[in-house]
Amino acid sequence: MSRETLLGLHHVCKQYVMGEATLDALKDVNLSIYRNEYVAFIGPSGSGKTTLMNIVGCLDKPSSGDYILNDTPVADLDDNALARIRNREIGFIFQNFNLLGRADALHNVMQPLIYRGIPLNERKRMATESLQSVGLGDRLHHLPNQLSGGQRQRVAIARALVGKPSILLADEPTGNLDSSTGRDVMAMFDNLHKNGHTIIVVTHDQNIANHCRRVVRLMDGQVLSDTDKAIKGDNQEAMRRV
Amino acid sequence: MYNLIESMRSALQAIRANILRSFLTTLGIIIGVMAVIAVVSLIQGFSRSITKTFMTIGSNGLTIYSYETNEDYFYGKVVKVTPDDLLAIQHQVIGISNITPVLPLANNGSSSIQYRNQTTYTSVYGTTSAYAKNSDNYPSTGRFIVPSDDLAHRRVAVIGQTVITNLDMPENPIGQYIEISNEWFKVVGVLKKLGTILGQDQDDQIYIPYGTAHSLLGASIVPDIQINLDVDNIKDLGSVQGRITQILRRNHHLKPGQDNDFKVQSSSQFADSINQILNSITVVLAGVVGISLLVGGIGIMNIMLVSVTERTREIGICKSLGARRSDILLQFLIEAVTLSLIGGIIGLLLGYGIGILVAHLVPQFLGAHVPWWAIVLSFGFSAGVGIIFGIAPAAKAASLNPIDALRYE
Repeated sequence: MSRETLLGLHHVCKQYVMGEATLDALKDVNLSIYRNEYVAFIGPSGSGKTTLMNIVGCLDKPSSGDYILNDTPVADLDDNALARIRNREIGFIFQNFNLLGRADALHNVMQPLIYRGIPLNERKRMATESLQSVGLGDRLHHLPNQLSGGQRQRVAIARALVGKPSILLADEPTGNLDSSTGRDVMAMFDNLHKNGHTIIVVTHDQNIANHCRRVVRLMDGQVLSDTDKAIKGDNQEAMRRV
Repeated sequence: MYNLIESMRSALQAIRANILRSFLTTLGIIIGVMAVIAVVSLIQGFSRSITKTFMTIGSNGLTIYSYETNEDYFYGKVVKVTPDDLLAIQHQVIGISNITPVLPLANNGSSSIQYRNQTTYTSVYGTTSAYAKNSDNYPSTGRFIVPSDDLAHRRVAVIGQTVITNLDMPENPIGQYIEISNEWFKVVGVLKKLGTILGQDQDDQIYIPYGTAHSLLGASIVPDIQINLDVDNIKDLGSVQGRITQILRRNHHLKPGQDNDFKVQSSSQFADSINQILNSITVVLAGVVGISLLVGGIGIMNIMLVSVTERTREIGICKSLGARRSDILLQFLIEAVTLSLIGGIIGLLLGYGIGILVAHLVPQFLGAHVPWWAIVLSFGFSAGVGIIFGIAPAAKAASLNPIDALRYE
């Protein structure tokens, strides 16, 4: 099994300037993520895991170091190209769902397709399919405030999936959900991974991280450990040889 | 193009989602455009009624009256159009008819009129039978002044409808006696109702024979008269005007280079000069109410700025989903322009409605008239206001960093 590199971070640093103090959110992070991986960024708050996800999702740029996505160095890209990457390559799932409050489920899912220039009818069809795939086929015209937390997160997942992105980025996807709904959402991620999606989950919860094949543990802006459950013992040896 | 349609869709959605706020935003524009259109439509309608009134008087009429230039005033020269001038024109100009003098009985314009114990003040003019034809102003009852009245200096009067009311006279006042400047006159005719022009009651007038008026003023005094006449062929209007000017200049011993001490004016020229005044009033008033449009525009900018702050998260979400700077910019810009255009349309309709309403309340008024330039102007203005005051908030919204926008609480 050969592994295709999807993205690579090389000596990535991120500093936040807050008044006179400079905060090092990421210190020299090196990381490669391969296609069809199921990765957890785990760490306590302030460890830099969300900053890392924002950089991976092209919402933020590193202060120094290179980020290469699909063989393209992101630092060279302008705003429009970044918007295009966010639109086509990345599907975001947020802790607080981040749905558009005044639009119904269908329009929320249709939103990213607008920026891709897909005609209205086609957009409707794709969004409906996507919502059906997360089991919300009967909730197309509900506004976010008419949906439960779990349903909202499923709308967000449908929205992230509708554009068939290269990576799904989930930032504490179960943080605002009760434990059983959280389990449902994680089961959905497990399924998506089985169907070939690349998923990165940011969490502070070991139980969530346990769903993932690979766990990247962060502490104070540095990678503490990087373990891959799939590659244990002989397998790990075999993998190194590849 | 595709972008434009999508941005329009999002903009309309945003406007619908906040219908009350959208309405309040456009209120400034609505009131501004409404005021502009109402004022312009009324003044323009008014101007058209005046033009029409003068057209019925007859565009082939000429009026000759004395006109004191600054120089005359400086040297204390008294300028007059005299009965001699009248005779000269009568005998030396061809192609004219219905020539008649009009002699005001009082210098300040009004004389005291008494009937029984009622007193009123009104304008009294001495004129001849030709005046009725000349001004198309015939009596509705009784008769107008006839040539023999003039020759015999008869003490007869033709009165307007308002005079009857003011003096509390019987409905048919023919044969009644009224006292004009302490002289008794018999009422022989009542003029048909004319209404008002420029707020001046055309029915508050009395006509007496020219000879009578002249003798009342004192036959030894050379009066300053106004001469009215009709030009038979409208094509000759200019040449007749020139001929009369020539005669009067000679009669008045004016040297070459000296200004005329009289005016020879056609009724259309008179209408033109009134319309000129009305047009400048239109511009000034439209300018004043235009300021309210500006205030409305600032209102839109204010709301849009608040809206950007309020919707920062939404902008962040859209950016995380792949919205470009131009997508956000276009959406906010279209939102502002749409709001101001909707305001413009509502304002236009309301303003026109007010114009029609007022027009119905004012008698003798042809009706409100909205010229195309007023529509273009108010529409252009409201769209411009939308664009200008929409750009700043839209630029602010578009330039937000996605991660900052998403974190905004």
